[in-house]
Amino acid sequence: MTGTLEILAAGPMLTVQDRGRTGFLRFGVSASGPMDGEAFAAANALVGNAPGAAALEFALTGGRFRASRDVLVAVTGGAMRAEAGGRPLAPWSSARLRAGEELTVGALRGAVWGYLAVSGGIETPPVMGSRATHLRSAIGGHEGRALRPGDVLPLGPEPGALPRRLTRPLRPRHGPIRVVLGPQDDAFAPEILARFLGASYAVSAQRDRMALLLEGPALPAARGHDITSDGTLMGSVQVPLSGRPIVLMADRQTTGGFPKIATVITPDLGRLAQIPTGAMLRFHALSVEAAEAEARAAARQSAEALADLAPTGA
Amino acid sequence: MVLNLPAPRFLPCGDAALTVEFAPGIDAAANALALALAADLEAAPLPGLCDVLPTYRSLTLSYDPCVTGFATLRAALRPRIAALRPGAVEGAVRSIPVFYGGPACLDLARLTAEKGMTEDALIALHLGAAYRVAMIGFAPGFAYLSGLPAALATPRRAEVRQRVTEGALGIGGGQASVNSVAAPSAWSYIGQTPLRLFDAARARPCLLAPGDRLRLRRIGEAEFDTLAARACRGEILFDPETPA
Repeated sequence: MTGTLEILAAGPMLTVQDRGRTGFLRFGVSASGPMDGEAFAAANALVGNAPGAAALEFALTGGRFRASRDVLVAVTGGAMRAEAGGRPLAPWSSARLRAGEELTVGALRGAVWGYLAVSGGIETPPVMGSRATHLRSAIGGHEGRALRPGDVLPLGPEPGALPRRLTRPLRPRHGPIRVVLGPQDDAFAPEILARFLGASYAVSAQRDRMALLLEGPALPAARGHDITSDGTLMGSVQVPLSGRPIVLMADRQTTGGFPKIATVITPDLGRLAQIPTGAMLRFHALSVEAAEAEARAAARQSAEALADLAPTGA
Repeated sequence: MVLNLPAPRFLPCGDAALTVEFAPGIDAAANALALALAADLEAAPLPGLCDVLPTYRSLTLSYDPCVTGFATLRAALRPRIAALRPGAVEGAVRSIPVFYGGPACLDLARLTAEKGMTEDALIALHLGAAYRVAMIGFAPGFAYLSGLPAALATPRRAEVRQRVTEGALGIGGGQASVNSVAAPSAWSYIGQTPLRLFDAARARPCLLAPGDRLRLRRIGEAEFDTLAARACRGEILFDPETPA
């Protein structure tokens, strides 16, 4: 171990996450990993970590932290107040935090999921090949649970980067949430599909790492809401008997027995996760080919933004 | 195996996954094809493929849209599906000890009354069947089985129990299960295995894999308690006499 990060105060859902756990869908284990993959990747890049390093994810408010050695820290996800050793730390940038100094990360404004990366990464023991925390199943992270004051996390070797900031947008900031219809769009009549794509939905307060419940016009299925269970994805929009759509997210169940009217495309998952409770959204349908082209364009935009970080001079 | 299934449907699941649907409902031939395709893709992976998930009736594949795509995968999968030999996936044979009593034996008395069977006859029927892990879903390690004798099929209960213990053996319609976690359920339950189907701390977190063939073995309360204590310590105990 080459140092530690101590949790002095923690928001309600502070967890260790890496890019997620792949290869275990057939055993009923979903990937977990960040709710907002681009913001997570930016936090790691800003402190010089490899893309697969583990960082901390928090919901709505961060906490207070202390490292046992000099580190770089970065916070991303949305606008927030943060201080490293009493010096202001702008979101989407990194700064030095000296051994023993305190890092405070306040409440997010206009966003839901925040990320704190520390140079060297969080090196809790991998479980099934990943450090990501699957909260509902208590797998990975630190003892499979949300972090609490007093927890001490091991850090990896210092990569030795300089403080930097993001200079260009990671992704488009506005616009509808794009979906590909299906896999069970044929369970809904044409007018119900038109309603889904024409109406506005509000993100309800019933949301966590598993799913987002939406409020808006009901979407009755033509032949009932029970299907023989099949596979789900992060972004699956399933419609239970209530007719209210539910978007499955990082800690979802791997199979589900409700028809899935559409699937949110991967470049829009982070943006969807960040929509504040009560805010409205609309869906827009793309063809599979167009969605795949958007995914490639988004990967390029994100890679270019992370390759073009500017020194802060701090 | 004789297969009379129509050509599979390729269903888009966003920009990074697709589902190969072999049948709309629970179907042994569709399940065999899904398992065979999963095994085939594991043996000879396609570029850009990330993960596969076989179910009762389909196979969901996730992929990297920067490497491959729906059309490319569909074209590559069609000849491979046509060449599948579904019987080729044997599946490991696992012996599962079951105690027909205790806190998970919630519905045995009701089922014997409903089906006009003695308790011993019902247990013998349940024990004697050849089960297969058709899919794992709902929660880590949670095994859905095919092979339930038709006489034991039981409609779901109107009332959902808020907590059915882990290890419980369930019947829901024509499906059977071995539960890996304590969870709410509307199924009927008649017994419990002391095995822990999922334990992330164990070297092998998941005891069962899709395609495994299960043989049930009746045990009493004392043996249940002994095996449960050993399973809690992380031991992998398919059967104490014939270890896996």
